[in-house]
Amino acid sequence: MRALCWHGAKDVRVDNVPDPKILNPRDAILKITSTAICGSDLHLYDGYIPTMEKGDILGHEFMGEVVELGSAVTNLKIGDRVVVPFPIACGNCYFCEEQQHSLCENSNPNAPMAEKMWGHSPAGIFGYSHLTGGYAGGQAEYVRVPYADVGPIKVPAGLDDEKVLFLSDILPTGYMAAENCDIKPGHVVAVWGCGPVGQFAIQSAYLLGAERVIAIDRFPERLRMAREVSRAETINYEEVDVLDALKTITGGRGPDACIDAVGMEAHGVGLVGAYDRVKQAMMLETERPNALREALMACRNGGVVSIPGVYGGFLDKMPIGSFMNRSLTLKTGQTHVQRYLKPLLDRVQKGEIDPSVIITHRMPLNDAPDAYRMFRDKQDQCVKVVLKP
Amino acid sequence: MNETTSDANTGQESWPSPGSVLSQRPPGGEFQYGAPSGERLSPLSAGAGMVMLGLGIAQLLAPQRVSRSTGIHTHPSLVRAAGVLSIASAVSVLNRGKPAPLGLARLAAVALELTLLGRSATGVASTGRRSRLALTGAAIAATAMLDVSAAVKQGARQTMGERTTESGALAVEKCITINKSPEECYRFWRNFDRFPEFMQHLEAVEKITDTRSHWKAKAPIGANVEWDAEISSDQPGELLAWHSVDGADVDNGGTVRFERAPGGRGTIVRVEMQYKPPGGKAGALVAKLFGENPSQQMDGDLRRFKQLIETGEITTTEGQSAGERSTVVKLMKKGVPG
Repeated sequence: MRALCWHGAKDVRVDNVPDPKILNPRDAILKITSTAICGSDLHLYDGYIPTMEKGDILGHEFMGEVVELGSAVTNLKIGDRVVVPFPIACGNCYFCEEQQHSLCENSNPNAPMAEKMWGHSPAGIFGYSHLTGGYAGGQAEYVRVPYADVGPIKVPAGLDDEKVLFLSDILPTGYMAAENCDIKPGHVVAVWGCGPVGQFAIQSAYLLGAERVIAIDRFPERLRMAREVSRAETINYEEVDVLDALKTITGGRGPDACIDAVGMEAHGVGLVGAYDRVKQAMMLETERPNALREALMACRNGGVVSIPGVYGGFLDKMPIGSFMNRSLTLKTGQTHVQRYLKPLLDRVQKGEIDPSVIITHRMPLNDAPDAYRMFRDKQDQCVKVVLKP
Repeated sequence: MNETTSDANTGQESWPSPGSVLSQRPPGGEFQYGAPSGERLSPLSAGAGMVMLGLGIAQLLAPQRVSRSTGIHTHPSLVRAAGVLSIASAVSVLNRGKPAPLGLARLAAVALELTLLGRSATGVASTGRRSRLALTGAAIAATAMLDVSAAVKQGARQTMGERTTESGALAVEKCITINKSPEECYRFWRNFDRFPEFMQHLEAVEKITDTRSHWKAKAPIGANVEWDAEISSDQPGELLAWHSVDGADVDNGGTVRFERAPGGRGTIVRVEMQYKPPGGKAGALVAKLFGENPSQQMDGDLRRFKQLIETGEITTTEGQSAGERSTVVKLMKKGVPG
């Protein structure tokens, strides 16, 4: 089959690889009908995530049709159309039972590797380096789905792929980020990053009762999407000082909650930005946490900073004094997609959310290398690319 | 009401009552960790480590200067290599790596280098940008290394789980939390014939009687390591212990305890295995069988046991689809999942 393989930093290619096989009784094989590139895939593309190997198949946002089933999968039939969550969860361990699926204790075959880096291992993830298990991903024609009796959700016939594809990752991610803010009616929420996750975080904040949502970015088309589609008020951080602007908007107090939907490759301005870039280039710092620092400083006393943005290693110069002295709460994590699938599919079916509005490009899988470049450089007003194998 | 307790360990005669809620609990015990290799990093070792670090950086970044100072003409790449080794030893010392035996030798080497460098210290004048950059680079590199090692805190803990008993056997101890009751865990282990499913070094375990079993270890072609084992202790839901019978190729035994996890959250399974590597040709083979890193092997065995009993299968990516691997990876990872 054809699959998008990692060959090195900034080098992904569509190669011919063996078809996936059933390896365990709870597996299923899907023929992929739609798949997308995630903002976090760009960290793999740019070479910032360790433990990648030549030949790794990327992709963790995918859906398709069941073509083969392991002997222990009884809830699915051949031909079922399903969306698959990006974290792989067994359904039987303590964390799965607690609905914290991205913390599954059983699904990472490379758990000792992750333990060395992070203290304990989280769940395995599709297509996201050997730290998270080295699972083959879904930017391909076919994919093997472990624990298929737990993860995948069946999609009703009336809904197009584009309406449900983002249940795999970014819609629940934006939603969990907003839910973590503990939004009460009347709250003001600020969101750093108007990419796909940021857009869904904005929309989810409104769904959860926020009175005002302020979105921060520098790309005109993303700011426009935040205003016209997600209905936020916007700040362009290249033109305006963000902390000042937020104080002005909120009457000096700061937002009740701040969402960092940017992560480790934040674009930095000024001296601090240069500091991070230099240290990262010299491999002395693994992250560029500009958005996070700002979010921490801007948040009102006693507020919540919620981090869906992906980080991998260690960051410098965290304003921990600000965090401690002002009673802030930090909430974060890889999304527990499985627990949000049903409620969010419900909302999509009722027409309360239309996730497809953020798609700007639809391309064949063979054009994936171009799509990665375009998505990373934000060319052609690119916000979200959906690939068809 | 004032309760007094005498606490011999702390030397304090008695403590006043901590209030009605806490008084209902018995006093806590002190956790004793069995492994003897836990040494604290002495100030001398720390100092030596720092000096070695500095010297190593100097060797790495200014090899010609260092070489000139010793008065011996040494090729810069050799000095650089020495620098890398110095830095590596320094990091290892600061991280409480291998303990004392090599320490004295290192101290001697450091003393020698110090003397030699001291001789040339007066002669070195700051000759402009390059030397300043080298010093700055050295400072940054040093900070970075200490930064990262502080963040990761690898050195703060001794090697856990592996120790040598008084009788000279190698003991490996590991534990894991299982989302099943102690009784279910016990029943799984009581079936010795399931061991090869999650213990990688075993080929087969066959039941002979209710308490005796025949074990076969995985071995290279032509070799055969087998033994009989007898259950020495059997407390359902709590404890299971077995030991190889006399005349076994390798003297070995194991104990597994099933402890109710706090909050009723399943079971903590604590396993201890002991191996007495025999001398002679069986010795090397047995060492290989039980793994070069027995602690790591047992860690893997317990994870596989957890996956089997909780999910019914062992998590794997072995045999999955992938693009062409690099040659190095192909050679190194033959048959290894992930």
